Amino acid sequence: MNKNIVLCGVGGQGTVLASKLIAAAAMKKGISVMSAETIGMAQRGGSVFSHIRLGEHLHSPMIAKGTADIIIGFEPAEAVRMLPYLKEHGQVIVSSHAIMPVTSTLSGADYNGKEMILYLKKVVSNLLVVDSEKACHELGSSKVLNILLLGAAISGGALGLTEEELREAIKDRLPEKFHDLNYRALHYFQSQQSDPLSSNICQ
Amino acid sequence: MHKEFLMGNEAIALGAIAAGVNLIAGYPGTPSSEVLETAAKHRSEDIYVEWSVNEKAALEVAAGASYTGARSLVTMKQVGLNVASDPLMSLEYVGIKGGMVVLVADDPGPISSQTEQDTRHFAAFSKLPCFDPTSAQEAYEMIQEAFEYSEEYGTPVFFRPTTRVCHGYASIEIKDEEEYTSHTAEGFVKDSSRWVIFPRLSYQNHKKIEARNAALSEVFSNYSRNKIYPAGEKNRTSRKGIAASGISFTYALETLETLGMTRLLKVATPHPFPEKLAVEFLEGLDEVLCIEELDPVLERELTYLCGKYHLPVKIYGKLTGHTANAGENTRDSVYQNISDYLGISACRAEAVSACEDTSFVAPPTLPIRPPVLCAGCPHRASFYAVKAAMKGRKTIFCGDIGCYTLGNAMPLDMVDTCLCMGAGLGIAQGIGHIEPDTSCFAFVGDSTFFASAITGVINAVYNQANMTLIILDNSTTAMTGHQPHPGTGRTMMGELVQKINIEAVLRGIGITTVETVNPLDHKAAVSCVKCTADLPGVKAIIFKSPCIAIDKPEAPLFVEEESCISCKKCIRELGCPALVIQNNKVTIDASLCTGCTLCAQLCPTGAIQTTGGDRHE
Repeated sequence: MNKNIVLCGVGGQGTVLASKLIAAAAMKKGISVMSAETIGMAQRGGSVFSHIRLGEHLHSPMIAKGTADIIIGFEPAEAVRMLPYLKEHGQVIVSSHAIMPVTSTLSGADYNGKEMILYLKKVVSNLLVVDSEKACHELGSSKVLNILLLGAAISGGALGLTEEELREAIKDRLPEKFHDLNYRALHYFQSQQSDPLSSNICQ
Repeated sequence: MHKEFLMGNEAIALGAIAAGVNLIAGYPGTPSSEVLETAAKHRSEDIYVEWSVNEKAALEVAAGASYTGARSLVTMKQVGLNVASDPLMSLEYVGIKGGMVVLVADDPGPISSQTEQDTRHFAAFSKLPCFDPTSAQEAYEMIQEAFEYSEEYGTPVFFRPTTRVCHGYASIEIKDEEEYTSHTAEGFVKDSSRWVIFPRLSYQNHKKIEARNAALSEVFSNYSRNKIYPAGEKNRTSRKGIAASGISFTYALETLETLGMTRLLKVATPHPFPEKLAVEFLEGLDEVLCIEELDPVLERELTYLCGKYHLPVKIYGKLTGHTANAGENTRDSVYQNISDYLGISACRAEAVSACEDTSFVAPPTLPIRPPVLCAGCPHRASFYAVKAAMKGRKTIFCGDIGCYTLGNAMPLDMVDTCLCMGAGLGIAQGIGHIEPDTSCFAFVGDSTFFASAITGVINAVYNQANMTLIILDNSTTAMTGHQPHPGTGRTMMGELVQKINIEAVLRGIGITTVETVNPLDHKAAVSCVKCTADLPGVKAIIFKSPCIAIDKPEAPLFVEEESCISCKKCIRELGCPALVIQNNKVTIDASLCTGCTLCAQLCPTGAIQTTGGDRHE
């Protein structure tokens, strides 16, 4: 199984932990992993990304454009920024909640992410938009966005990992007091899907 | 052996420990910092680790250890090597006893640095052998070999990973503890003819170094990491080759695995260059494309060899305009370079959208997202206080290296110059000597102060400069990941030690006006700057408030809608990421706000208030 995964968002959103959990879960299955991420100055509220590659016979931790199986966007504009990496018919999972950069706040530019979501809907055939604001509110924490999106990503099978495998990774890597909250975040998407009245996920 | 998922820098640290390293010293700098941190975390009791005050100190400490026969490792980023270059240049002439590896992380891009300097050039300049790993796994193994070569040839050696090797992660095959090499130092043996550098010794050793490097070139031609990959079946008769090094080698290899292998030279030791192997590679080729980052080192070496051996091979790369001469290589740029060179269409079968743009819809304009000072960062308050106090005056604000370089961004716009570690002090003095009517400020962080600003302070006091020194003391080395420094009272050996007091240092140098103030108390901070800046001579203000990343946040503030008149002064003046506009109203993002209260202090209607409650997650 060879998979190229791109995680992207804004510094401080938890992309690094999400990439560690994917790697840990894959390693436990005996799959080799390579990854690369933004470290340093850009982490201070700048655009950040992680490239994760699963499989054998890999040489470089970086992904080439047009070869990502899945992009997990923690922020609408950041998902659009990374779109050139998506392969044909690849999947995009994106949080609908926009993060306004200080530059836009200052200039009065009205960025709210909506036109990014509309654009993604136009050009990505396999798109999952997650209403993360509502989900985080229901889960009672804004800190679980990363796990919530991982839960959405495993549901479509594009990661090649199961909920149980990611639960194990959470158990191994996070302090015990955060286990329950993160398990709930991981399962949130599936529980919403089985609820036909839920309006939380728009395809 | 077992497998672990490790960052390149972690792998390098574990490789050094496996090689029996006895002492590690360094100064933090992206992308090198995690090497020393990992070593400190995984060290056995008998390994000594320190964050030195700067790279020069680190290199000297490591040299001393190596003189005793201990194995030592120094870590720094590329610009740190400029600081360490004085002892290093001389050390090469003296030589070492225990294996000594000088790890210098280069930063193509640059992603987090001031320069795109290439340590491979520095290797040729200083005459040190240089090891250039292509991946995290190779870095793990190569650093162990680097210690062996260093010890065998009595010279410090460079180990030069680049950002993507340092910060890339991989499932890495590493040794179990029982497989580690143990290394015991013999002890320092007095011998002034060996350890005391004099012109005569330098002359004699210079000749030995040149002979050794010539011999090493031969040895490196047989070093298994320098390698010729033969052309694949499809290209057996092709007379085109590719030479590559570092992370770019992996980009080239993956490209050729897609397009078909051509003859490929991998160079793991750019200095001394593996000449014999390179000539073997060149024979029978008409053209070679060099894929490398930063300077055209392979390209120049191969061009030189073609001249030396009268080989009719055209060498292409940065000098000939076939590859970019600045910036980082990517999988895509290398793919493009190689397909252009081989005359193959660069369109990947799988990347249809990028090439066949019939259905391509242009994306909306993406918001720019430059890095900013964190919400609640005390540096914002310090800059804002100086800005408010000096409004309408002729001023120059000399910045320095650290998070506070970000004070240059709008709306603060408080960094007029930034050059290198500690340089702001000298620049403020120079400007002041030419423009005496300008009120000159130099801003420097606490870690940078200890690393390289103290000389500048002494220079200012001795030479009667007129300037205000602003110390931004957030009690940590924030930008590189919160390393301790002499002012924190903690060492990498886990000891609690006497903190070196910045105020006492400044008074000791002879500055009589040294004020310490909390920048988050805006009124007090402004009045302190006003009272101090116009005094004659050198005066100092220490803005003391801990980095938000090492301090427990207060409860977030909120905007009382009825009182807010939407003047947006808070946003216009501070540019704090926690202050956002929603539905044309100023609101505070509670997940980011640390409750620093700076915005509340400048709100004209008192609309920004504390909740008084506990912080909720």
